Amino acid sequence: MLRFLATRVGLLIPTFIGVSLVAFGFIRLLPGDPILIFAGEHGITPERYHQVAMQYGFDRPIWTQYFHYLGNLLHGDFGQSIVTRRPVLREFITLFPATLELSVCAIVFAVIIGVPAGVLAAVKRGSVVDQGLMGTALVGYSMPVFWWALLLVIFFSGILHWTPVSGRMDLLYFFKPVTGFMLIDSLLSGQKGAFTSAVSHLILPTIVLGTIPLAVIARQTRSAMLEVLGEDYVRTARAKGLSPFRVVGIHALRNALIPVITTIGLQVGMMMAGAILTETIFSWPGIGKWMVDSVFRRDYPVVQGGLILIAGIIMIVNLVVDLLYGLVNPRIRHR
Amino acid sequence: MPLLEVRNLTVTFDTASGPFKAVSGVDLSIEPNEIMAIVGESGSGKSVGMLAVMGLLPKSATVTADRLAFEGQDMLTMSSRARRRIIGREIAMIFQEPIASLNPCFTVGFQIGEMLKTHTSLSRGERHRRSVELLELVGMPEPERRLSAFPHQLSGGMSQRVMIAMAISCNPKLLIADEPTTALDVTIQAQILDLLVALKNETGMALALITHDMGVVAETADRVIVQYAGEQVERQQVAGLFSAPHHPYTEALLRALPERAIGNRLPAIPGVVPGQGDRPTGCVFNPRCPYSTEMCREVVPPHQPIELGRALCHYPRNTEKAAA
Repeated sequence: MLRFLATRVGLLIPTFIGVSLVAFGFIRLLPGDPILIFAGEHGITPERYHQVAMQYGFDRPIWTQYFHYLGNLLHGDFGQSIVTRRPVLREFITLFPATLELSVCAIVFAVIIGVPAGVLAAVKRGSVVDQGLMGTALVGYSMPVFWWALLLVIFFSGILHWTPVSGRMDLLYFFKPVTGFMLIDSLLSGQKGAFTSAVSHLILPTIVLGTIPLAVIARQTRSAMLEVLGEDYVRTARAKGLSPFRVVGIHALRNALIPVITTIGLQVGMMMAGAILTETIFSWPGIGKWMVDSVFRRDYPVVQGGLILIAGIIMIVNLVVDLLYGLVNPRIRHR
Repeated sequence: MPLLEVRNLTVTFDTASGPFKAVSGVDLSIEPNEIMAIVGESGSGKSVGMLAVMGLLPKSATVTADRLAFEGQDMLTMSSRARRRIIGREIAMIFQEPIASLNPCFTVGFQIGEMLKTHTSLSRGERHRRSVELLELVGMPEPERRLSAFPHQLSGGMSQRVMIAMAISCNPKLLIADEPTTALDVTIQAQILDLLVALKNETGMALALITHDMGVVAETADRVIVQYAGEQVERQQVAGLFSAPHHPYTEALLRALPERAIGNRLPAIPGVVPGQGDRPTGCVFNPRCPYSTEMCREVVPPHQPIELGRALCHYPRNTEKAAA
């Protein structure tokens, strides 16, 4: 187990270097000069341009810039935004809780509904229930995210007035962020109604972001369950006189979850990278929106730093998934 | 009263190419503390019949019977909840592939303990002690330590021992063993059979032994049922069956035993068991039977009287040696 962990952590180093190289290189391949974009329509004098370029090191050869950047990274210095002049790392830390809060809610939503739906479809294989569930899953998977989001907003916010249209909190409430997670901060603030407001703001973005993972998880659970339900040990469980609920929910599901966990892990990784469409539609101040804005501004340090941080988080999520995998699957744990 | 009584059991599967009768008109009764062997080639419906008794067949199977009763209780009409109180506790079953039959995600201790938890009121500590005791009973080395082992850490023979321990944990009155040694090494086969017979003698349970191995039958069984293509072709005491088989199929099976072969060629039975599409008219065995006549090809044979092993044959063999 320890050796497994050590190997996995060791593998992170070359991955990290690769990611930094790609992050550094790709944004520079894009046409568009950050200084010119920042200067705007007024333009900039050649002298001033040169001065700014020197300040950011853009005048030096690209590989020198890279090694300089890598050296800074090792000291934990991700540089600062060209636009806001604030350290990239601090901006990330400020924005990431919003993304994390939304991602966690969305994945919990997707798992809580997707896994039982998949199990039900597998148990009722070929029935109307199965076809209905899998048809719905296919629709959920194929629907454009922005369109689905707009439909929900029109219906629940526009017509029914049940949920707010955007943001994380009503303007009525104000409190200093402690953890950055609205659900926790609103409780800590002790203001009446703040928590309810945080929850109601989360509902629609959670559904929108969770829909595709839900569909993927439901379909994956169904096919894994179908495979497992035909196994000899499920017959043994029935032969023991166990209730159908125990046979399916304990003996079959535990085995079926092994491939599903991999899927869930991949989905979580993708969400952590920031749900660009969802965050944009609901004006959710997370890192997805932040990254897109930075790309448009050619804010090199933010794009590089953001990419590396996101990649790091995805790597950690994958590591956690692998460890969980061992926990669920004893055949891996005891190797 | 017999422990298990089955009359005219028929199992039909819905398949893409129409209904398929896997078992048809099987009668059997199992008395307490006896070993009943059910013999036949692959595809003879010997497992399907017992799975039907356990209620373990998939939904595509339709089970009908004039009577299917355990200790006088009708198992066909009882609720599935009532049936689950019998399955596992009163009638237990072990299978052909012991490694695949244990759940890979749970420890041996969990899987045995679960059985005890479902059917007994033992406390946690008592269940643990009983599990250790059971593993000892089935001859598992280091039983205490094995409780925390996962199935992939066990060999086939050890897995079957665990399956047996689990099956006998609630002192069942009937243990159905579906080819319990087929998947095991030859050296282990004898050990597992000896264990089953010893447990049967010790606990007083009855044993329904499904096998295709006539050698196993000769060594262990009290009574034998021979099945062919879903039909019960003969039913006899083991001694009578070996000395005077009444059905030509039984006779052919015995002749194919290596230790009984005369000369230096082993007499095989020509042909294969008919499948769904190629069932012959008349007697199901007629295409492979050396004695078949026009009558066998056209008329379905009747069951002969009990003295002739209820042989499903127009021309039963060894009639002069009919059981008294």
